[in-house]
Amino acid sequence: MSGAPDIQLHSRVARLAHWCQAIAVVIMIGSGWRIYDNVPILPFEFPYWITLGGNKYLATTTSNDWGTGNAIAWHFAGMWLLLFGFGLFVLNGVLTGHFRRDFLPLTPRSFLRDFVAAATFRLGHRLGEYNAVQKMFYWSVMFAIAMMFASGLAIWKPVQLGWLTWVFGGFPAARVVHFVFMSAIVGFLAIHVVLVILVPKTFVAMVLGRAEDHHHAK
Amino acid sequence: MQNNPMQRRALLRGSLSLGAATLLTGCDISDGDAVQSALHAISRWNDRVQAFLFREQAMAKEYAAGDVAKAFRYNAYYPAQDVAPIDPGTYRLGLAGLIADKRPWTVPQLMALPRRMQRTRHVCVEGWSYVGQWSGVPLGDFLRLIGADTNASYVGFQCADGYYEGIDMPTALHPQTIMAVTAGDEILPDKFGFPLKIRIPTKLGFKNPKWVTALYVTNTQPRGFWSDRGYDWFSGI
Repeated sequence: MSGAPDIQLHSRVARLAHWCQAIAVVIMIGSGWRIYDNVPILPFEFPYWITLGGNKYLATTTSNDWGTGNAIAWHFAGMWLLLFGFGLFVLNGVLTGHFRRDFLPLTPRSFLRDFVAAATFRLGHRLGEYNAVQKMFYWSVMFAIAMMFASGLAIWKPVQLGWLTWVFGGFPAARVVHFVFMSAIVGFLAIHVVLVILVPKTFVAMVLGRAEDHHHAK
Repeated sequence: MQNNPMQRRALLRGSLSLGAATLLTGCDISDGDAVQSALHAISRWNDRVQAFLFREQAMAKEYAAGDVAKAFRYNAYYPAQDVAPIDPGTYRLGLAGLIADKRPWTVPQLMALPRRMQRTRHVCVEGWSYVGQWSGVPLGDFLRLIGADTNASYVGFQCADGYYEGIDMPTALHPQTIMAVTAGDEILPDKFGFPLKIRIPTKLGFKNPKWVTALYVTNTQPRGFWSDRGYDWFSGI
């Protein structure tokens, strides 16, 4: 019954794309929250200390501004890093067959089965193998990032890309869409990080490129 | 960009406390010089990307009369009660730079120019927006009228309140860029820039200067009040 251990492998390109996106998403969310706080669209603000955009008290003194300009500079710098990381990730995933191999097949039936198992804490995890809930998660977060680009462009260029802004229902609506998919990504991050803490070897694999697990070897 | 009354005082105080304030920055990576210069360099790159994305044929959406906001939103770097109304009797629009006819313009002369009306969305860099209605002579028509060199790169503006802005020539010549003398159905009210506001629906709100007292044409990129404070210079939408 003894066999090969479970092995998780991540190529150099996949790891580079992953960490570029990880850093970029933190920059985008942190600076986006500072921008949001300037004119909130919901009746709450993000606490100043978790936002990105420099010292707002200093900015108030020197620039008559709450650090929004600095946050916007961060946001449009992070945008390029995210575009690079996301583009590389998708290109690599499609061209190397990583998406087809690891994120497919995915059926409503398999998702439902694994989702119920996960919700009742009966879903096992084998290193190097993705269950249907994970597959669904990765497709969803990729979709969310793509929608962040689309809605972000609609907000950035409502005249030059007026058709895109129109698709989202106009400028104010595009801001709401941008907020909704930000929330989705934050939700993904929270679950993603908790699961990595529960299975730390996935973190090792994403840093070093390889990790193995003998627990499941039977 | 806040309307908080404390902020103008804070701005005036800024020059005095700047030295003291720099002592506080050590603990904040985002205010470090290296980070700031990197962000600044990327912002300059983004200006070029934005200029590349700008198309003269792309028109800002024009709205129906019923879409116009009932009350326009006041916005400047100081609160509305600090607006100093301009006396139309002594007002002159000064002209400078690469312009053939630099004679200054009076309010009646500006009001006599043929106007184009627009109902477009004013989009603030902060995220809020509203649909407003303005009318005035297209800036491109005015530039040709005064014999400006439209092959130059930029048009700059000085304002009565110390504000200053500048735009690229393609945007200045865009048909929807107008020298607004009315807002809604009335002559531009004091707090919205009487007697002259440059209305540019292809730019963020802060690139639309109010209380304009001087216009110049130049090949040197004019500074902007908010781009001097960390915002993108091009700021096209």
